[in-house]
This record gives sequence, C-alpha cells and structure tokens, in this order.
Amino acid sequence: MTTQSTKTRSQGEFTYTPEDGRLLEVEDLYVEFHTADGVATAINGVSFELNQGESLAILGESGSGKSVTAQAIMGILDMPPAVIPQGHIRYCGQDLLTMDPEQRRKTRGPEVSMIFQDALSALNPVFPVGWQIAEMFRTHRGMNKSDALEQAVRLMERVQIPGARDRVKAYPHQFSGGMRQRIMIAVAIALDPAVLIADEPTTALDVTVQAQIMALLEELQEERQMGLILITHDLGVVADVADRIAVMYAGRLVEKAEVTDLYANPAHPYTRGLLESIPRLDQKGQTLAAIGGLPPNLMRIPPGCPFNPRCRMAQDVCRTDLPPLREVAPGRLSACHFAEEVIDA
Amino acid sequence: MPEVVLSAQNLVKHYPIKKGVLRRTVGHVKAVDGVTFDLHKGETLGIVGESGCGKSTLGRLLMRLEEPTSGSVAFEGQDFSGASARDTRRLRRNIQIVFQDPYTSLNPRMTVGDIVGEPFEIHSDVVPKGGRRQRVQELLDLVGLNPEHINRYPHQFSGGQRQRIGIARGIALNPKVLICDEPVSALDVSVQAQVINLMEKLQDELGLAYVFIAHDLSVVRHISDRVGVMYLGRLAEIGEEDEIYSRPTHPYTQALLSAVPVPDPTLRGKREQIVLEGDVPSPANPPSGCRFHTRCWKAQDVCTTDEPDLQPRPDGAGEHQSACHFAEPRAIVETKDVSNLQHDARFATTKVEELSEAGDTPVPDDRSTPARAEAMDPTAEQPQDTTRVVEDPTDRPR
Repeated sequence: MTTQSTKTRSQGEFTYTPEDGRLLEVEDLYVEFHTADGVATAINGVSFELNQGESLAILGESGSGKSVTAQAIMGILDMPPAVIPQGHIRYCGQDLLTMDPEQRRKTRGPEVSMIFQDALSALNPVFPVGWQIAEMFRTHRGMNKSDALEQAVRLMERVQIPGARDRVKAYPHQFSGGMRQRIMIAVAIALDPAVLIADEPTTALDVTVQAQIMALLEELQEERQMGLILITHDLGVVADVADRIAVMYAGRLVEKAEVTDLYANPAHPYTRGLLESIPRLDQKGQTLAAIGGLPPNLMRIPPGCPFNPRCRMAQDVCRTDLPPLREVAPGRLSACHFAEEVIDA
Repeated sequence: MPEVVLSAQNLVKHYPIKKGVLRRTVGHVKAVDGVTFDLHKGETLGIVGESGCGKSTLGRLLMRLEEPTSGSVAFEGQDFSGASARDTRRLRRNIQIVFQDPYTSLNPRMTVGDIVGEPFEIHSDVVPKGGRRQRVQELLDLVGLNPEHINRYPHQFSGGQRQRIGIARGIALNPKVLICDEPVSALDVSVQAQVINLMEKLQDELGLAYVFIAHDLSVVRHISDRVGVMYLGRLAEIGEEDEIYSRPTHPYTQALLSAVPVPDPTLRGKREQIVLEGDVPSPANPPSGCRFHTRCWKAQDVCTTDEPDLQPRPDGAGEHQSACHFAEPRAIVETKDVSNLQHDARFATTKVEELSEAGDTPVPDDRSTPARAEAMDPTAEQPQDTTRVVEDPTDRPR
C-alpha cells in the first residue's frame, strides 16, 4: 500500500485532483424528507469544506442533521423520501449531485468512503468478513478471488486483528464489537480513499475499546493523508481528534471554528450551553448546567433563530430574523446575532 | 456514617449454558461472581464497568428481579433473599428501579396515569383509591412534567420526558432505595443534564439512596458519593468518589479512567493514556487468579494463581478497598476544584424548575384534563416529537 501525499487517480474519463488540497466542498445543501405527515427539513443550507489530511468534526445531538449530511455526501440517502432540492457537493471540483449514477458509484470506495456506527448491522451477516473486504478489490479493481482475499488478510493485519489469516473466513457475529468495527474500517480504507466519513464510529463501544479504535483511525489518517469527517455527539472524542469543528443544530451549522478556539471560547449560545452541560471527569462537585427544553421538531422549525426558544439570551430580533453564519473573529463563524457578546463572556 | 439501608453479601448469579437436544448444562456464565457492598441512607453508589461486566445483573439481583445463585441481599438488616413472595412484595416497596431504555420500559398501551399509578394497584394501602389520580399528578409535577398530561400515552413524549415518567413510577411508593440502570445513557447531552439535575433534586427532597449503574465515568463521578468498579462479575475497586477518581489503585480502574476522552483539546497528546490490549474475556470462562491478569501490564505469576481479595489497600492518602496484589495509586485525572465557579447563567441553567418551563412541556395547550378518548384521537394535536406535521414548507428562505 503506497502512501501518497497528493492523490491523482484516473477513473475512466475522470481524474480527481484536489486543487490547493481542497478535497470536498459542500455548498448551501438542503435535504428534505417528504413523509405522509409533511415535509421535514433535515438540512437547511449547510456549507463546509474539507482539506487533505484534515479532521473535521461535525458535532450535534440526535436530529441535528449530522448523519443525514454524511449520507448525502456519500450518496446513500433513500430517495424518496429524501429530496435534495438545492445545493452542491463537490469532490475535487466535480459536483457529485449532478454526476451520472454510474460514475458516482465508482467514487464510492476509491474516493469517498464511510464507517457506520453499528458494525453488526453494517456488515452482511451471511458472508465471511474476508469475503466482504475482498469484495472491494473484486468490484473496483477487478482482482481475482485469491488475490483479493490476500489483500483482505493484509488489511485485517493492518487494522490489528489478531490471527488475521485464520479469521478471514469467520463471520461478523464471531467477532467482538471492537473487532467488527476494525473490520468495517478495513472495508472503508481498502481502496485508499481520499475522504473517510466516520459516523459515530465508537458510540456503541466501551471506553477502553473506543480508545483503541480512535487511536487506529488517527494512525491511518496520518499514514494515508486522508481527509476525515468525524460525526459525533461526544465532545470528548472531538477534543482528542479534530482539527476543526462544525456544530449543527436543527439542520443548520451554528458554529464553525478551530477546535482549540471553540472549546476555549465558544461563539454560539448553543455550543456554550453544550460545553457547560457535560459533567467532566476533571471537574467535580456542582450542579450541572443544562440547556432547557428540547430541540425543535424538524417539521416545525421556529421562525428566526432555530435555537431561540431554548436560548436565554434571546431578544425579539432572534424570534424574527434568522442569523446568518458570519465571520465573527478570524477563522471563526457563528450564526448568532450576539456572537460577539458570547465570545467575550 | 448514616445507617446501612441495603447490603449485598457475596452475591453470585450464574446463568446455565445449555446445549444439545437434552438441554444439558455444559457450563455457566458467571455474570455476577461474589459482590459485597453496603449502601447507606441517602447516598449514591455509582457502579461502573464495561458491557458484560455484570453491572445490570447486579441491579436486577438487588431488586430481586433475579434469584441469586448464592449470597444475600438485606434491606435494613432484613435478609430477603429467601423471603416468601408476600414478604418480598412488602420489601420491594422500598426498593424500586429505573430502566435504561425509556422507549421499551413503558407499556405503549397504558396511559402515563396508569403507568405511574400501577404501583398503587399492587400496594393498595399506600394511597386510598380515591386519591390515586391526585397522587399521580403530584408525582408528575415533582418530576417536571405537566400534571394535565396524565391521560397521554408514552409515544407522545420525548426520550427525556419518558425517562421522567420512569422516575415518577420509581418513586411512587416512596422507596428508600432507587436502582438506576443506565438512566441517562439513551439521552442527548443537553437532556441528560436535565435528568441528572432532577435526580439530584429528588434525592435531596426525598432522602433516596441511589445505586447508579452506568458506563459513563464522568456522569458517575458527577452524581456519586461512592463508586464501585466492576470487571467480569467482581468488584475491582470500591471507595469514595474522590478515592477512585483521584487515587485509583487498581490497574483496571486506571486504564478505564485514562481511556475517557476529556473535552479539552489543549490536553491532546499531553494526557497519559493506557490503551488496554484485547477484549474482555468471556464471563463463561473467566481467567484464573485475578480476572484482569490477561490484560494487565503489572501481572506477575501470583496473579495467575491467587485471586486478590477486595480489601483496604493504601492509596497514598489513606486506604480504600481494591482487589489487586500490586495496588498502588496513580494519578490519572487531574482534578480542578470548580465548586466555587459559577456557570454563566445566560447559556445554561442549573435550576430544575426553570427547565420544566423552558419548553420541556412540548404542547402549548392548557386544555383541562383531556378525556381518554381525546388522548387516543389521532387527529388531536400531538406534542412536538421529531416526526410530525408541518404547516408550510414554502416560507423557508431559498
């Protein structure tokens, strides 16, 4: 497996070369779900970019749209009910949303790849794990069965599965949760993708196993100079891994910043409330601060700032005007009318 | 020290593994294998451990939802492991449980009033029949739900609200002990903090003792007075919250604490992390001697043969109970004392009352006690959950 600092690969008539290290650009993306009860707007104008070798964390609670964003990039949303009424997802300048489906399929795996939260349901229970890893080489690289299986063994060794050669024929249920997650990582990195999306990769795992898996992911990213999108709700994991953070609330980005800036000085009341509401291992003894109320129903997002009913700073303007995501300090974006005050607090 | 309310002596629970046509027992899963501790009045004992360590089984044994293989549980000095059904029922009034998953632990066909009031059906002498509805409404009010929602069904509530219903049911009989099995694990961070604050408020008001079972070490530290760390069915270490988190002496506790990610990016790469090799061994065939020796960096020959007792061992500033032959303190988590630090009240609040006002009551209606039929009417206005009706999607800016 070769380590490339700049990826240039030819896929039929397409060549994907990142300009200035810019791998992925999501611009003004909307995703709606048309259900029997009405239209739920899961993503509401989200823009961000990912550079080579960079870790971007997308942080949010359930229903904030973070997983839907990942699925939209990967192109695995069920459409219908999902509809993407507008927006662009550019991979090395090529818009994935307007690409013909066959070409897009060829980007999945060699270019953009994904790890899911629940490895047991993401892996096929009726095929051996080695077969599932080897499938990547067979379909995308046209390898024969034995060569592909040999590659699978090497990958299983790379993700530190003990006794890889003996276990290549084992089925997913014969592995522990941590080992299954390693197998899924092996499938995802098999074709040396430029972008790896990890959707809550350690949420289902115990802390000691979580530490192992995060260490492995970091190592692989370093080795292959992948762009990593880490989707999580865990502020601790983000602090350990990410370079930049995008915080989502009710389908919008509410804050985007370098990781150290965001933790030291959040620029949005929601981020600030989140940071104050987690009990921390290194701080003891006091009542927890909490954000009151609940996240809004995505079918009835309140007018103005979507966070206004839960925000204790909310003024009249917050109930009527949607605050745009704007630069509030060098390299920092916040969607709050009073972002400057929040930063200074 | 206050009196002991609940005491577990050498609790053991083995589940048989059956194989073949004759269902012969070929082995045992040793889910809980000798656990001893005392719970004092009004205190919170946190039980932490990874999946499969037996912490949930322990909770069920304390509640006597499972019959222990051996050992005993005593409530206020009265052993009820061999008690008759009648005595058990009487004792159980004092020990109640809150389950992890608020989506499956509430019967979807019962109204909130029926769920919270069901304990009174069994213990009919607690509240006279005529006063039950009022008592249920008081309970709902106490846990921060709108008492008028008594006729609603569980699906009409959000996850955090359902957990409040579970807590209301748990405290209905004025128990002295509440066993909480991962009560906040299924909730989002911002809602989790609300429920933890509620539990602390109830403890102060009602003098409850909690057995708080969880895998989240930061939550356990926050709520607990004492903490027990379990590994493969046994307690590895137990002590005051401060002793376990600041001066852990068992290698497993140290590894567990070091693995918890700290939400502070400036500490990245500066924290010592002990990454354990491999997985937890199977509880059907636990390792000989000390159960942790297969993954322990300190393991010597004696660890493979002799099981270390859980006994007081020096931790640098006194001693607390630890089950390691080579127990020695090691600082993993640097503690900042923040007890004087005030949260900025503009962003998040510590007041429980205010939380219930701030929108946790999702439906903006003041209908007086809606009838049951109305609650069942599918066209009636539904509370805001994440999958319902929209008025007009066209007014969104494009």
